[in-house]
Amino acid sequence: MTALETLVWTTVCRLDDLAVERGAAALLGADQVALFRLVDGRVLAVQQHDPFSDAYVISRGIVGSRSVDGVEVPTVASPMYKQVFDLTTGRCLDVAGKTPAQDLASDLRTWPVRVVDGLVEVGS
Amino acid sequence: MNQHLVVVGGGMVAQRLVEALRDRDTAGTWRITVLAEEPRRPYDRVALTSYFSGRDADDLALGDPELWSDPLVTLVRDDAVTHIDRDAKTVTTAHGRTEAYDHLVLATGSSAWVPPIEGKDLPGVFVYRTVDDVAELRGYVEKLSEDRVVKGAVLGGGLLGLEAAGALQALGARTTVLQVGTHLMSTQVDLGGGEALRRLINNLGVGVRLNAMTTRIRPHRRGGVGRLDLADGGRVDADVVVIAAGVRPRDELGRASGLEIGERGGIVVDDTCLTSDLDISAVGEVACIQGATIGLVAPGYAMAEITADRLLGGTSEFPGADTATKLKLSGVDVASFGDAFGETPGSLEIVWADPVGGVYKKLVMSDDARTLLGGVLVGDASAYASLRPMLGRELPGDPAAFLLPEGGGGAPELELPDDAAVCSCNNVSAGTIRGAVTEHGCTDLGAVKACTKAGTSCGSCLPLVKKLVTTELAAQGIEVSTALCEHFALSRAQLYDAVRVSGVSSFTQVIERFGTRAEGRGCDICRPTVASILATTSPAHVLEGERATLQDTNDHVMANLQKDGSYSVVPRIAGGEVTPEGLIAIGEVAKDFGLYTKITGGQRIDMFGARIDQLPLIWQRLVDAGFESGHAYGKSLRTVKSCVGSTWCRFGVQDSVALAVMLELRYRGLRSPHKIKLGVSGCARECAEARGKDVGVIATDKGWNVYVGGNGGFTPRHAQLLAEDLDTETLIRTIDRFLLYYVRTADRLQRTAPWIEDVEGGLDGVRAVVMEDSLGIAADLDEQMAQHVVEYEDEWRATLEDPEKLRRFASFVNAPDTPDPSLAYVPERGQSRPATADERDDARPTPHHEPVLVAGARLEVRS
Ligand code: SRM
Ligand SMILES: Cc1cc2nc3c(=O)[nH]c(=O)nc-3n(C[C@H](O)[C@H](O)[C@H](O)COP(=O)(O)OP(=O)(O)OC[C@H]3O[C@@H](n4cnc5c(N)ncnc54)[C@H](O)[C@@H]3O)c2cc1C
Ligand code: SF4
Ligand code: FES
Repeated sequence: MTALETLVWTTVCRLDDLAVERGAAALLGADQVALFRLVDGRVLAVQQHDPFSDAYVISRGIVGSRSVDGVEVPTVASPMYKQVFDLTTGRCLDVAGKTPAQDLASDLRTWPVRVVDGLVEVGS
Repeated sequence: MNQHLVVVGGGMVAQRLVEALRDRDTAGTWRITVLAEEPRRPYDRVALTSYFSGRDADDLALGDPELWSDPLVTLVRDDAVTHIDRDAKTVTTAHGRTEAYDHLVLATGSSAWVPPIEGKDLPGVFVYRTVDDVAELRGYVEKLSEDRVVKGAVLGGGLLGLEAAGALQALGARTTVLQVGTHLMSTQVDLGGGEALRRLINNLGVGVRLNAMTTRIRPHRRGGVGRLDLADGGRVDADVVVIAAGVRPRDELGRASGLEIGERGGIVVDDTCLTSDLDISAVGEVACIQGATIGLVAPGYAMAEITADRLLGGTSEFPGADTATKLKLSGVDVASFGDAFGETPGSLEIVWADPVGGVYKKLVMSDDARTLLGGVLVGDASAYASLRPMLGRELPGDPAAFLLPEGGGGAPELELPDDAAVCSCNNVSAGTIRGAVTEHGCTDLGAVKACTKAGTSCGSCLPLVKKLVTTELAAQGIEVSTALCEHFALSRAQLYDAVRVSGVSSFTQVIERFGTRAEGRGCDICRPTVASILATTSPAHVLEGERATLQDTNDHVMANLQKDGSYSVVPRIAGGEVTPEGLIAIGEVAKDFGLYTKITGGQRIDMFGARIDQLPLIWQRLVDAGFESGHAYGKSLRTVKSCVGSTWCRFGVQDSVALAVMLELRYRGLRSPHKIKLGVSGCARECAEARGKDVGVIATDKGWNVYVGGNGGFTPRHAQLLAEDLDTETLIRTIDRFLLYYVRTADRLQRTAPWIEDVEGGLDGVRAVVMEDSLGIAADLDEQMAQHVVEYEDEWRATLEDPEKLRRFASFVNAPDTPDPSLAYVPERGQSRPATADERDDARPTPHHEPVLVAGARLEVRS
């Protein structure tokens, strides 16, 4: 295994375009990405596709936090059926009694994000 | 080396067997292969009918899906077992797979029985057993409905037939049930109950023909079925026929391999579920146990548990079947349990009937009228959950008390013995449920369900489970937590007071002062709740500053999220009154944006399929035409329904439309614990169904009567009279106070009906506060409402005027005008609807990301 996989950084918007604690969808090639700007200034990216409803809506969920093993992790709840996801890892923390549509994975894909000179860049 | 268990059939009982075995076989002594003929994982067949209401097959999933990723479990789908070689101990499948077994379990269930009538193979004749059956039936009916009202017929008036009839009816088909015998559900209920049941079924709009033996199914000229001929010479027209005439065990493998077969079919097993071959068990509907096959899931689950236990060296035995049943057809309450027909020698029957209301209840008691032997409940089965576990036990007090209508005589509180079965689907006793609380530390219903499985199948025992849990927690001195969520230890009402008194006005302040921990940022439960509280304690636009981050997507984009991620827009039509110009304007908006339109149950017009980026354009058009978009979402006032009233109606005594319009404009935008609906009728004929509303106003000769606490939804209630003959001014003041008292003190997502029950003193308590100012808060409430009325603004217009707020409506932050490519629509009955997953997949050549329009039903947007 090599660590030499290079990331391609794509500028998607200005940091100011993102509202604090509210998501925004962005197009990254053919992928739909949900960007979240947190109160502490971090920007995180997960997939916009909600595996439980099969709709592209994750950016429209409520942002919050949940205590996981004593650590406060930032979360988003799907606006459709309220599954809760860890925004840092994409892990589904609460399936809300449902299983994903078709054979989709219940966790979300994540992308690395950095903010350079007030511009938000997503790595892929 | 572990042993190999092969299970034939991937149905409900097979699922339970695998689950039970994997649960207990911690040492991994058994490796399991399930060979299933259906192309999907085991699913909840009992809930099959819910698949009709537009749900996905995925919603029928059973248990934890992880079970199928267990390394010791292999599920082979879409492959039927065709042969058992008992000597070699192998089975062979249709696709040529051979599996050697150490132990074999047959869990092949039943198939629908189709009587040998002419025409049974015509297109349009269906059975009702699998997801595929139901999907085909649904597709067929939907296709026909495109150009006519479909007529449906169901052969068989048992549990399954009635469920199928309800489903057909729900699909819009005009349905008739044909029952061969003298009454409906004749296996479960007696003639009296059957008669009451027929009336209830008729009330749903479903026809019932008794003593109706179908002799022939005739084709239609156009193809497909056309009509049924009956033995008595009668005929019934039908475009679609569902045969629900009973089931037959799928014992063919057993027969072919020489296992003992029951007289009326089924593979004979002993009380340990072993067949005549000790290496083979049979479980579920295919098993003939204690002389009979049983078409219910609970006994099947019991057999699965026994088999799992036996495979691990246990000694459990089949205790006898619990054949209690409850019909799952909304609007028709029927339950039957124990000796429903009074067959026990010397048994007594106690019957209570209300023919007008369609209620029939009967208890079968032992000869001394003390021990409960069985019962039939039709029209009102609310006593079912608490009576069923009392089977074979003494009922305290006069048994008749259990039959009186709710609140009528006050049945004594039942103290259930520990060994009483509470959840028969999962065989959980009262003791086990209490134990979950006392020994396993469960502190709420959810935990008890997860721990014991009680209430996780058909759900009919849930009210009782909940009661047991609450009682047990209280007995333990554990206060049942009213905490909102992990971020707030307060209940909504407590938090409301805290916020109001402290005067804090932002979420950050609220969580800092009243939250459980400083670093918490809330969740999808407390954030909208705090938004709702702040909306009446310190009013501001819903999207103002940090408040925007508290709202659910509906409140955030001020429209209703639909299943595909698009939204619906429902212009406010106060009181249901609209001008022809208004109708045309709405019609034009819908047409220009290609929206699906439908008249709602709330007297307005819903337009579906708007993309997030189209919402402001749509509102602009509505605002220009003199409309505001309306709250069809949000915990706030929805609609004030009216009847036409004295202006036109020859019976009307007051102008109900004018009052409804006034009330709707007064309370619009009021944020509350749950939605609020009002109704105004112009006379006692009550055409506005005001008594089904949170606040219902009915005109009298002298003024207005006001009723409160009406509710539709899951637990319908009629509103109760709060005050009589009020003049308009007093009426409005009364409603103002009632609503704000509710807004201040109700729990999160508590409608007015349950809230009134919770208020100390019930309705009288509410009346004291609202009419007599017993708490001395009336002036305060009046002032708060006055403020609401003054500060209300058209939230949509205000958004259009604020570029900052408009930014959230971009489809993509880096491509604001690119429509979401995942949306796809297909035409149906002259409009468009979201494409199903299959339809989208079909039209999608490449993996996921390059969606295309399945059909160009969407018009270009004018901007
Ligand atoms: C559109 C409409 C159905 C229709 O096509 O007719 C509808 C649609 C929805 N109803 Fe309803 N209800 C509609 C009339 C009703 C009525 C009839 C009425 O208002 O006279 C009732 C029963 C009366 C009552 O509320 O007491 C009704 C009882 C419910 C309930 C059950 C509430 C309860 O107390 O149990 C829910 C679930 C909930 O709110 O938690 C619900 C929830 C919903 C939701 C919000 C479900 C959801 O989250 O998607 C639906 C929103 C659809 C949308 O996006 O527009 N809807 N719903 C009706 C809109 C009326 C309107 O103009 O605003
Ligand atoms: C609409 C409907 C509503 C119902 N409502 C209720 C209710 O309210 N309460 C209740 O208790 N019960 C209800 N039932 C009955 C309940 O669903 C059954 O009792 C239960 O599913 C039986 O489980 P089973 O595993 O024995 O059989 P099934 O669930 O029928 O599973 C058997 C499986 O084996 C497969 N199979 C058969 N032969 C082979 C083979 N040779 N090789 C491989 N696979 C094979 C079948 O395809 C099937 O998938 C309802 C049934 C229906 C259809
Ligand atoms: S519109 Fe109402 S009744 Fe119909 S599916 Fe939606 S919530 Fe259920
Ligand atoms: S009785 Fe069916 S889930 Fe409990």
